[in-house]
Amino acid sequence: MTDTPLIKVEHLKVYFPITSGVLQRKSGEVRAVDDVSFEILRGKTVGLVGESGSGKTTIGRALIRLIEPTDGHIFYKGEEITRLSAKEFRPYRKKIQIIFQDPYNSLNPRLTIADIVGEALEIHFPRMTRLQRRSRVADLLAKVGLKPEHLDRYPHEFSGGQRQRIGIARALAVEPEFIVCDEPVSALDVSVQAQIVNLLQDLQEELGLTYLFIAHDLAVVEHISDFVLVMNRGKIVEAATAEEIYTHPQDDYTRKLLDAVPKL
Amino acid sequence: MTSNLFRQILQRPTGVLCAALLAVLYLIAIFAAVISPYAPSDQNLAKTYHPPTGLVWHDGRLCVRVYKLVDPTEALYRAEPDRLAPVHFWAKSAPYKLWGFIPMEHRLFGVDSAERIYLLGSDSTGRDVFSRLLYGSQVSLSIGLIGIFITTVIGVTVGGLSGYFGGPLDNVTMRLTELLMAVPDLYLIIALRAALSAYFDSGQIFLLIVGILSFIGWSGTARVIRGLTLSLRNRPFIHAAEALGQTPFVILWKHLFPNLLGYLIVTSTLSIPGYILGEAALSFLGIGIQEPSTSWGLMLSQAQDMKVFMLNFWWLLTPGLAIFVTVILFNALGDVLRDIVDPKLKTQV
Amino acid sequence: MCATPLLEVRNLAIDFGRGENATHAVKGISFTIADGETVAVVGESGSGKSVTALSLTRLLPTPPARYVGGEILFNGRNTLTLSGDELRPMRGKQIAYIFQEPGTSLNPVFTIEFQIAEAIRLHRPEVKDVRGEVVRALDLVGIRDPEKRLGDYPHQLSGGMQQRVMIAMALACHPKLLVADEPTTALDVTIQKQIMDLLRELKGRLGMSIMLITHNFGIVADIADRVVVMFRGHIVEEGKTADVLRNPQHPYTRALIDCVPRLGQKQRRLKAIDHAEIEALLKP
Ligand SMILES: Nc1ncnc2c1ncn2[C@@H]1O[C@H](COP(=O)(O)OP(=O)(O)OP(=O)(O)O)[C@@H](O)[C@H]1O
Ligand SMILES: Nc1ncnc2c1ncn2[C@@H]1O[C@H](COP(=O)(O)OP(=O)(O)OP(=O)(O)O)[C@@H](O)[C@H]1O
Ligand SMILES: [Mg+2]
Ligand SMILES: [Mg+2]
Repeated sequence: MTDTPLIKVEHLKVYFPITSGVLQRKSGEVRAVDDVSFEILRGKTVGLVGESGSGKTTIGRALIRLIEPTDGHIFYKGEEITRLSAKEFRPYRKKIQIIFQDPYNSLNPRLTIADIVGEALEIHFPRMTRLQRRSRVADLLAKVGLKPEHLDRYPHEFSGGQRQRIGIARALAVEPEFIVCDEPVSALDVSVQAQIVNLLQDLQEELGLTYLFIAHDLAVVEHISDFVLVMNRGKIVEAATAEEIYTHPQDDYTRKLLDAVPKL
Repeated sequence: MTSNLFRQILQRPTGVLCAALLAVLYLIAIFAAVISPYAPSDQNLAKTYHPPTGLVWHDGRLCVRVYKLVDPTEALYRAEPDRLAPVHFWAKSAPYKLWGFIPMEHRLFGVDSAERIYLLGSDSTGRDVFSRLLYGSQVSLSIGLIGIFITTVIGVTVGGLSGYFGGPLDNVTMRLTELLMAVPDLYLIIALRAALSAYFDSGQIFLLIVGILSFIGWSGTARVIRGLTLSLRNRPFIHAAEALGQTPFVILWKHLFPNLLGYLIVTSTLSIPGYILGEAALSFLGIGIQEPSTSWGLMLSQAQDMKVFMLNFWWLLTPGLAIFVTVILFNALGDVLRDIVDPKLKTQV
Repeated sequence: MCATPLLEVRNLAIDFGRGENATHAVKGISFTIADGETVAVVGESGSGKSVTALSLTRLLPTPPARYVGGEILFNGRNTLTLSGDELRPMRGKQIAYIFQEPGTSLNPVFTIEFQIAEAIRLHRPEVKDVRGEVVRALDLVGIRDPEKRLGDYPHQLSGGMQQRVMIAMALACHPKLLVADEPTTALDVTIQKQIMDLLRELKGRLGMSIMLITHNFGIVADIADRVVVMFRGHIVEEGKTADVLRNPQHPYTRALIDCVPRLGQKQRRLKAIDHAEIEALLKP
């Protein structure tokens, strides 16, 4: 394997216009992500921490093209994917996936688990028959620790931790290489949180996945990440290995973060 | 979702009652031609303002009393004590067409053609009010359903698209709805009706009225649907579908629409009365349904006559009762549905 | 401290559904919250914490929920038997909520200014400068440039900012009892700390009591006077925060505290609760 990083972000900027009045005139902008650059190596986990509202989710969503970057470049295996049209980007939707923070709202309440996870297969493997799809979904559920009898249930019949597993199964369905995990464990209790983190690590080992792991719990980030980025007000203020961040924080904000961690 | 809704209705007494009664009303409307003893325009000038005929049980069969006109100026009828006319079931009648294409020669019940059966009396030209009520229900009951269908289709399409895509499209459509809502309904209706009516015959006028009512009604639906879409649009499950590369159309259809369905069923049920009343109001003002068609509103407007009150021809006001009952039933059913779909509303308000 | 506590819950039991497949979400729990006291409720997901919280002012939809037994005395009045008219002024003004799901608790079609202002007008009609009060409320929960944010709609805010708007809204009413259902799940530690400081300050100034539901033991240690541990609809342990955290009595509490990942102690795998093990321990 060459040294090209799986993901490379250069000078990424995402600004949101502030509009006002009836005519929706632009009266300013929110600089959600302001000139950010970083790399993620294949098979590694990069943790992204920072204050609420500092632009973490926005970076994640820009990577999977849920929002258009205002400026800057994103490379996937060395290929620029920033300005691709929706159609050109389609093959990348199979390689880049996302897991959301909120297990209650990330599954469509009106669809069964089989349909939710199967949707990904329908889109990217259109030649699969219904039966093949079902058995593939069952495999995926098994992979995240759920049972085949869960296939025909609806999301409200599951606990938060189980729903998060379903969300992970959906992301895995397209056999991605890279997953943006946007605070996947924040809403879960400590025990379930541990299970999900362990599951993500097992899957990484088994499938060679690469993660961008967004979180605000430093302990969890330190546990799962190889490398940590610290964000503040749309900029990356510190980038170092997990260990270094913890032992020798350089930036003021990072130090503040560490200080604020409540002690048990 | 819908089957579940149905089951839940069955668990509530009010729900079952309203749904059952409405079902009966609609069945009657569908088979109005068979159930009613006369055609709606079947006049009998010798029997104007005839009171409801009494029913008696005689010699093992059902009979109606026969009346004699005592005082033509006051339309005073008196039952003749010894004359009865037997009621025939599945009685032969003048040929007619059920739903406009099935030729029929029988009606559910009737009396020998020399006499008349007026279950709810007759009107100023001796037409049977009961038959007209049934035929009229076809217009009055269907106008709500068709109207709701049109508003929902337009409202969901416009509201859904503008909520989903946002931006300039959203801006334009929302200003448009505001414009529509700012125009006073009644004047708009009257103006549209006046401008267009010259070109239509009475059958098309029905469609015209539905069209006008829905044209005014869709903006409200569109705005609410837009709001709901906005809130759903930013729910992660929609982002997840986008991240999988799902097309916007499929997202709207598969992910948004089913989540709006509960709300739509409730509002539709609750706004059907608006259409029924709207038709009644228009017809009452003389700019709605016109002869030879009939509707409850039209019947009421024809009962606008001093005689009706002076001489107590109460039966001419039965269309008002029919409107009242139907509206109440729809509202009650709508309330039950709302409790089912959104139980929070009940506990918090 | 006065003799009657602000809130006293006695033998509260709540079911969902009827008959055989009823879920017994809360199975006869009792606890009290005194004036000015902060009580933390911890326990795994599904143990009945939110259900208990919502039942305090009867916010659970009935059906499917059913109050099967017990009473909830707030200032000596049983909220389970109050009429809707008596209960309504209590919500918000006396007992304010921060709901668990910030994203779905804000109305998507109104600006955040409108929503907070509404709460203020409703519960503190004496406030003249409502706009200024809204700005102050947003500032207190650490939202930068609050004036610029007034016109934002909920979807223009990050998850954590939505959660803070919820907090601002609840606090703007100056309630007697604040029920906070996992109020800081989407917040980073610095903001978390700021919110906890704010709660502490308001508690001192207004004499507010707090029922705090959380998964975060750091927060429990930081702010709670007492801890209630829930497990499958029961309260399995209750006591002073320091006692419970340092010397947990119940095996479930012990297991739960063990799961907390700690900074700087890198393990290969995080510990999770093994339910079979707890079950075995619970069997006499
Ligand atoms: N659709 C949008 N329109 C306008 N502004 C937005 C939009 N989405 C995000 N923002 C703004 O961008 C900034 C960064 O938001 P983002 O969601 O990336 O924060 P975050 O770091 O993920 O925070 P949190 O930890 O609270 O989730 C915020 O100021 C937010 O208000
Ligand atoms: N609307 C409902 N219908 C049926 N069951 C419900 C409903 N709401 C809650 N429950 C059940 O009640 C129990 C307690 O739920 P509750 O929401 O109180 O858990 P919790 O302790 O708040 O968990 P979490 O930490 O995940 O928020 C669960 O078993 C849940 O399945
Ligand atoms: Mg975020
Ligand atoms: Mg809860």
